[in-house]
Amino acid sequence: MSSTHGRVIALHLGVVLLLFALQFVVGEYMRLSLTRIMLFAIFAMGYNLLYGYTGLLSLGHAMFFAVGLYVAALGTTLAGLSAPTAFVAAIAVGALFSLTIGIVALRASGVAFMIVTLMFSQAAFLTVLYFGNYTRGDEGIVISESIRRFSFAGLPVDLTDPVTRYNLALALLMLAMMTCLAIVRSSIGHVLVAIRENETRTEMLGYDVTRYKLFALVVSGTLSALSGAAYALMFAYAGSTLASIQYSIHPLLWTLLGGAATILGPLLGTAVMFALVDLASGFTNANLLAVGVVLIVLVLFFPKGILGTIRERWLPWLP
Amino acid sequence: MSFGPHLLLAILEGTVAAAVLALTALGLSLVFGVMRVVNVAHGEFYMLGAMVAWWLSRLVPAHPAAGFALALVGAPIAVGAVALATERLVLRRLNYEPEATIVATIGLLFVIQQLALTVFGADAKPVSAPFNFRIVFPWFGYSGYKLFVVAASAVVLLAAWWVLARTRFGLIMRATQYDSETAAAFGIPVDKVYAAVFVTGAALAALAAVLLVPIQQAHYLMGLDPLLMSFIVVIIGGLGSIKGSVIAAIVIGMSDGIISVFFSPTLASILGTLLVALVLVVRPQGLFGVPVR
Repeated sequence: MSSTHGRVIALHLGVVLLLFALQFVVGEYMRLSLTRIMLFAIFAMGYNLLYGYTGLLSLGHAMFFAVGLYVAALGTTLAGLSAPTAFVAAIAVGALFSLTIGIVALRASGVAFMIVTLMFSQAAFLTVLYFGNYTRGDEGIVISESIRRFSFAGLPVDLTDPVTRYNLALALLMLAMMTCLAIVRSSIGHVLVAIRENETRTEMLGYDVTRYKLFALVVSGTLSALSGAAYALMFAYAGSTLASIQYSIHPLLWTLLGGAATILGPLLGTAVMFALVDLASGFTNANLLAVGVVLIVLVLFFPKGILGTIRERWLPWLP
Repeated sequence: MSFGPHLLLAILEGTVAAAVLALTALGLSLVFGVMRVVNVAHGEFYMLGAMVAWWLSRLVPAHPAAGFALALVGAPIAVGAVALATERLVLRRLNYEPEATIVATIGLLFVIQQLALTVFGADAKPVSAPFNFRIVFPWFGYSGYKLFVVAASAVVLLAAWWVLARTRFGLIMRATQYDSETAAAFGIPVDKVYAAVFVTGAALAALAAVLLVPIQQAHYLMGLDPLLMSFIVVIIGGLGSIKGSVIAAIVIGMSDGIISVFFSPTLASILGTLLVALVLVVRPQGLFGVPVR
């Protein structure tokens, strides 16, 4: 156990160090892509906690991402909050929102849960469009440069600077990774996996299954909101596309591709999918076609994803 | 226009919406009821039906009615063929496992949508109604074709009920829905039943789209709305309950149409979704459903 513990820590520390080192090697375009990948990977990691570990397939995670996105964007532009305050507010609202949605949606189980999350997310998307006067719909909110330059604890922070953005995204990714790792390796994490494997049995053993599921959903939704808020502030944009159904499917795809129920799977899946779309855009502009084909191929021939397969064959200790 | 006639107009619009929705949702409900498969690509079968209808109606420029008749037959067949391929090549290989089939049909949704965009283009495509006949009320004139849609939908729904309740095929289907293992033990070719049900579900969506397309133009993104509306219907009616789906389709379609006329379609969709939340809190298995075994 303790040797496993060491290996796990070393692996994840290694990934963080690798990402830190990469910024000195790669070019400007690559650095921007990696920043984006790291932020979306937080979204996917949150998703994975619910889907991979707890076995709850949500088709509506875009709404959690959108809550973070819009609280940050509207908070800074309309309510006049500073960027750090808006960021914290977005996370708090995200947690509260996930709690509310969770209480209602978790009354449904199985297929009904998937459909209900899909529809809630669609209602959230329509709400964004309905209040187009404030959200500016598809066109989106643009956050001005002056808001994105602020001082935090006496230090000047400039979110328009690519290097600052990269390292902040990396820090947030590390935070999300540590959160997931801590949960997954704790007794709570084991109960979550037990629920995934056999919900009835877990309930009969005396665990309050609904409460555990709600916990997973709130953490998952909050991480998604965090990712959305960071995205809005760093890339200065919040548009309705980011709340659409596609952005509910993306984290599912990234998680499945990298390997559900692995900590690093969502990060790997996001990176691979970005590379794939980048590659595909060379000869077609139908990105969604690539998404669709990858989903079908994965589920038919490769259901455990990249890291899931590696864990099965070679590294049984991978968390 | 004063309130009375305005309400009449809203009710008429609601009835048309309900008629089309009932057909679409029946397809989804049938597939879920018998196969336990949530077909997220159902809306794309609908869109494909509308696109094929547009394409076929242009082949016969002589008279709109001829093109429409061709579409009425051709579109469900074409979409049914796509559904059959999906069933054989994807769903069957996944053993109809609920989670895997959802992911696969999401993939299919994107594939069909993008291919439709590539093949047919991004512009909306009009199909002319087979006949132009206006019913003149004292306050406004109303398209006779829309009332034809309601009648046609009622005929198809009754036919579906007759097949399910009175024919041998319906009996086999219900037996498979009730317990597929026992049905297989009694010599029912369950996999053929599944294929037939999936094709029928897709064909119903296509048929609904052909009926609707003279009212609303065909567009490659038109599938999402009916999909979500059908989901609302199927959840409120009770997953797997076909009777519940039809009743819910009429209620939801009517209220959606009425709210859309008086307020805005966006508000109607938001309210529909919140209604689902309410139903789930009170009755998680839906209004007419039985808890899933």
